[in-house]
Amino acid sequence: MTEAGRHRLVDAPLAPPAPAAGLLDVLGRRYLLKLLVRREISARYQGSFLGFIWSYINPLSQLFIFWFVFGYIIGRGTVDKYAVHVFCGLIVVHFFTETFNAGTRSIVRNKALVRKMAMPKEMFPVASMLVSLYHVGPQLVILTVVCLFCGWVPDPLGMLAFALALAIIAVLGTALALMFSAANVFFRDFASAVTILTNFVRFGVPMIYPYTLVDQRFGRFAELYLFNPIADAVLLVQRAFWVGSTDDPDATIAEQIPDDLLVYGVGALLGSIVLLGVAQLVFTRLENKIPERLS
Amino acid sequence: MTDPAAYGADTSIVVDHVSKDFTLRYHRTAKQMAVAMVKGRDISDTFSALDDVTFTVEQGESIGLMGLNGSGKSTLLKLINGVMKPDTGTVLTRGRIAGLIATGAGFHPQLTGRENVYLNAAILGMTEAETQRKFDSIVEFADIGRFLETPVGNYSSGMFARLGFAVAIHVDSDIFLADEVLAVGDRPFKRKCMEKMQEIRDSGRTLVYVSHAAGSVRKMCDRVIVLEKGRVGFDGPVDEGIRYVKYDEDNIKPEDQEDDELGSDV
Repeated sequence: MTEAGRHRLVDAPLAPPAPAAGLLDVLGRRYLLKLLVRREISARYQGSFLGFIWSYINPLSQLFIFWFVFGYIIGRGTVDKYAVHVFCGLIVVHFFTETFNAGTRSIVRNKALVRKMAMPKEMFPVASMLVSLYHVGPQLVILTVVCLFCGWVPDPLGMLAFALALAIIAVLGTALALMFSAANVFFRDFASAVTILTNFVRFGVPMIYPYTLVDQRFGRFAELYLFNPIADAVLLVQRAFWVGSTDDPDATIAEQIPDDLLVYGVGALLGSIVLLGVAQLVFTRLENKIPERLS
Repeated sequence: MTDPAAYGADTSIVVDHVSKDFTLRYHRTAKQMAVAMVKGRDISDTFSALDDVTFTVEQGESIGLMGLNGSGKSTLLKLINGVMKPDTGTVLTRGRIAGLIATGAGFHPQLTGRENVYLNAAILGMTEAETQRKFDSIVEFADIGRFLETPVGNYSSGMFARLGFAVAIHVDSDIFLADEVLAVGDRPFKRKCMEKMQEIRDSGRTLVYVSHAAGSVRKMCDRVIVLEKGRVGFDGPVDEGIRYVKYDEDNIKPEDQEDDELGSDV
């Protein structure tokens, strides 16, 4: 039925048009992911006079509050270079809560896209995680400068610990964001629940209080505390930055850092990867109903 | 599952026994649901948007998809586009799909026109190099002048649609889907769009065109599929199809002819 010249053969195979490989599709479309992340970042500071400086003001103000209230007013149960100790925890907690909160809302927030364009929906939680990761940058700069003033020298094991901590939070945060972003489409209650959950996070990690307190109070149950991947990540970052900033690093390690921290860290990473796999399965099951539910 | 190998190399779109149901939710909060259960009302109901739809499209065909509002045209396009998956049945497509389904859907109001062109093009599957190569042509087609550097939140609805349209139409696609494309935009722009669509058709791409305008369907398409309450009511030649949906009747006065072609009679 086609006339001459109006016919064009395409080599591509016949295939279902909907993207089906989940997170692997996201990896295949890195250019789009980059643009989505850039859109989030530049839209956040659009129309603001100080712009990107807010990324520094926010962590600095938090650092000051914790140092002032706990280190100065209360002034008990604290450790050497308490501000650094707290800030190491803050970086991890911020990265995690931002990923979890923004990621959970990401699909609903991008509903104009999700309802009308064919793209892997896993893109949005992953982009939220990368935006949060991007904001670790300024905090890391502040932390490094403060630590250098305290006489900190980078050591290879510490840097490995830091990388491990970031990896744990990135994978864990993405896994939870993936699961809850899909659930949030069906009931917006999930976003509210996540906000409450993340409120607890900062008290479940050795940030305001040192790990030794946990060890003293819970005894052999302190081991259970270390099954919390976020607590492991905080301790790993403290191992990387805070330990070297204290007056006697060796004593600090002996006293404040659990013996098998790296083992716990690797375990936490593996556990998070398994959770990510589960999250992908849950997401794929819920995904089909997402476009129609986003009205 | 339908076997792709069962179809010839010429096949562009396969829709095989496809059904899609939507859940209508009457009550959303716990309180409302509790009240409904006590009173013995239904908590939810399903609505069949597409019911056992089957057809295949050869490469280079241009299909006019017609039917009343709510007959399932947009749902069908979303399934072909890959935004949704069918509940039962199979949809298969060959090659890259672009379309005027949601022009400007990916636009972020706080970003400038320029930034949005890059983002939208990436969503439609274009690479960075491809976008750069086509950027001038896109801007020229959209014809929004110096507004390109201002946030799209400040655009008029016509400019917004034009920019979205310009990006979508520049994607190198093998299948082109167009849904109610000409609802916005002034007459010169509509005419420009129709010309561009004809160009797409003449280049041998598969075209699926959703319209209520008999004139433009007659001009653009060589086959009409009519949907009726989610089922295929008619599949065949254009004139018969238009007679089948009875859009032809109001189409007598000659001065209406052009509006009709441009789709502004709806």
